[in-house]
Amino acid sequence: MSSIAQKKGFGATLWDYLTTVDHKKIAVMYLIAGGLFFVIGGIEAMLIRIQLAKPDNDFVSAGLFNEIITMHGTTMIFLAAMPILFGFMNAVMPLQIGARDVAFPFLNSLGFWLFLFGGIFLNLSWFMGGAPDAGWTSYASLSLASPGHGIDFYAIGLQIAGAGTYIGGINFLVTIINMRAPGMTYMRMPLMTWTTFVASALILFAFPPLTIGLFFLILDRMFGGNFFDHTMGGNTIIWEHLFWIFGHPEVYILILPAFGIFSEIFAIFARKRLFGYSSMVFATVLIGFLGFMVWAHHMFTVGLGPTANAIFAVATMAIAVPTGMKIFNWLLTIWGGSIKVTVPMLYALAFIPSFVAGGVTGVMQGAAPLDYQLHDSYFIVAHFHYVIVGGVVLAILAALHLYWPLMFNQMLSEKLGKWTFWFFFIGFHMTFFIQHFLGLMGMPRRVFTFGADQGWDLFNLISSVGAFFMAAGVIILVVNIIITAVKNVPVGNDPWEDGRTLEWAIPQPVPFYNFKQTPLVRGLDTFWIEKQEGNKEGMTYAEPLSDIHMPNNSFIPFMMTVGLFIAGFGALYNGEKEWAVPVLVLGLAITVASMAVRSVKDDHGFHIHKEDLMNEKGGK
Amino acid sequence: MDLNKKYTPQTWPDHPEQVTMEGKNKFLGFWLFLGGETVLFASLFATYLALKNKGPSGMEFSTQTLFELPLVFIMTMILLTSSLTSVYAMYHMKNHNFKGMQLWLGITVVLGLAFLALEIYEFNHYVHLGFNYSQSAFSSAFFTLVGTHGIHVVVGLVWIILLIVRNAKRGFSLYNAPKYYTASLYWHFIDVVWVFIFTVVYLMGVVG
Repeated sequence: MSSIAQKKGFGATLWDYLTTVDHKKIAVMYLIAGGLFFVIGGIEAMLIRIQLAKPDNDFVSAGLFNEIITMHGTTMIFLAAMPILFGFMNAVMPLQIGARDVAFPFLNSLGFWLFLFGGIFLNLSWFMGGAPDAGWTSYASLSLASPGHGIDFYAIGLQIAGAGTYIGGINFLVTIINMRAPGMTYMRMPLMTWTTFVASALILFAFPPLTIGLFFLILDRMFGGNFFDHTMGGNTIIWEHLFWIFGHPEVYILILPAFGIFSEIFAIFARKRLFGYSSMVFATVLIGFLGFMVWAHHMFTVGLGPTANAIFAVATMAIAVPTGMKIFNWLLTIWGGSIKVTVPMLYALAFIPSFVAGGVTGVMQGAAPLDYQLHDSYFIVAHFHYVIVGGVVLAILAALHLYWPLMFNQMLSEKLGKWTFWFFFIGFHMTFFIQHFLGLMGMPRRVFTFGADQGWDLFNLISSVGAFFMAAGVIILVVNIIITAVKNVPVGNDPWEDGRTLEWAIPQPVPFYNFKQTPLVRGLDTFWIEKQEGNKEGMTYAEPLSDIHMPNNSFIPFMMTVGLFIAGFGALYNGEKEWAVPVLVLGLAITVASMAVRSVKDDHGFHIHKEDLMNEKGGK
Repeated sequence: MDLNKKYTPQTWPDHPEQVTMEGKNKFLGFWLFLGGETVLFASLFATYLALKNKGPSGMEFSTQTLFELPLVFIMTMILLTSSLTSVYAMYHMKNHNFKGMQLWLGITVVLGLAFLALEIYEFNHYVHLGFNYSQSAFSSAFFTLVGTHGIHVVVGLVWIILLIVRNAKRGFSLYNAPKYYTASLYWHFIDVVWVFIFTVVYLMGVVG
């Protein structure tokens, strides 16, 4: 295989992406697919806010409204936020630790396809008899009774996508443990890598309970199980436990990488070493650990009893401590720094007050007695949008600007980026701040409309107007991306000029084998150290130039996923259509056969020879 | 490193499964995977305990009336022995005795099949008594927990058989050593899970 870039036809490029195992290409696919789902989820959000803009509105029906809110939540969490973060992890983390690729390139590709096909499966429900309508939490007491196939699409779609995420988590863990460049000790790992590490550990232990919960739902609805049916001795609370044992770590799976991204941004644009690095690492690990101890705070009103509620209330509030440590460390990183207010830095600066607001309301809900008042009101909606949008989405938008040059060798326009930021930031607070008060005034979440005499008109209208501001911000971002792509001005490495970590040391466009020679890491912020010492070569290297071993591309991940996708339809129509069981068997057979081929066919990868590497210009 | 290089018992490394980068990654990745699997089974066990003996009012089935320890004890012994034979196989892999390893893996497969046959007989017996999957929450939880373990046994058997057949004529290499090693790890894990099933489901069901 030649390593020299050639002009390829559309078919060849498509085949290349269908079979690629390169973490950088997979990152781009995650970004594109996640971005598309983000737009779909965003449109659903706009429909919600249009419906609630005025009292007694009939823009959408009550049933359709339920489907829209369910799909908005599910899409945004599983198909937009997580995959986009996975995209950044894939693009940045292996470069940050100086690795050739992730530990299991084949599984990386498999994880992506599983996510994509799971997402497509879920969204096909819109065209095949109606979307799921029991909320993103899909409590069994409600979802068992839901007619049609909406919930089945939810359960099977998430099962497929979740398998992809689980595989990705293991992959990142092994990559970080085994494939760090010489000198990259754990306590020299950049925060983005650390948070990827802890988030992956959370994925490893949080996704199996969801898998089991979804299986129970699938078995109950399609295969005659009785887990949640109380007339048969079942217990619907089991779903709530399993869902939240997954669901609470899930929010940390989302927010920890966001913390990592902001930690990078603060250090780069304050042009200072991250304040309190070791306490940041400690806080990250502690948040990850405590994240598993608090799931029942979502269930205070279920009636677990005062003892359980008290324990979970205290554990919940304890999480505020490591989070607070992080906030102070960021503030002290900016303190006395020589600050450059670029677009990523704008997002980072805006993130601190927004996220603190979300954290404070979180502690309020952590107080179990108060939660009885706040439960299922718009206060909850306001809270989780403050942490998810004010934390995760701001981080995603920041990372998009920060890492765009790393991923595409072009710079997004700073000017348009600032427009996006202000529209989005103002719109975000306008939409959600006022929802706290709607909640305190008694407006329940998930209602499809409200009466004119309830006094909620004005606040809901303001909230809806804010949503349009956010939409405008996103549209400007899309325009920005299109303009940048058309202009296509290459920027070279270290485009922000103040890059501190290894990923900024790599030549642009990034060669498919990453670093030609594995770099030697001489400290925290290793690239910064080299720059301070005036190293013209970029990095100190740990080894002489030698052959590089690379994995082969493979079409098997795609085939395995297609098999599961087909099997999903078989399971969905089980007991209803006569072709259901044959289709289920056929799909699983395709998957198993693909796995067997993978197992039986030796795949040793290939070598890029030293001579080819020396001749190549891309390296310099 | 040439993955197809032929080794002799003298040059064969002490830990052949962890010599190459791929081997190291597989070794660690598989341990992590088993960590996730542990949580998976923990969720199933918790659900089983919550739904144990729960069913529609007037249900005649309970752990006391249903389970018979002699059969399950035989199954346990068979599976524990198969774990031992897979240890022998790994011992021979360390000593570069390919035929010995294949033989002991073959015995492991036979024992695994025997276990599976008895499990199928057991399930069939329950269904004939009227204790089928949809009979109650208890039956769903029981069949799902023990059945998930059974599916793991099937996967393990297919995996080991594929390895035996595929490598029959090629002998050891640093490429297939990690594959054998992870397969045996998986087999041990299945065994450990069964020990818990035997204790929690059967022993505590009949005695406790």
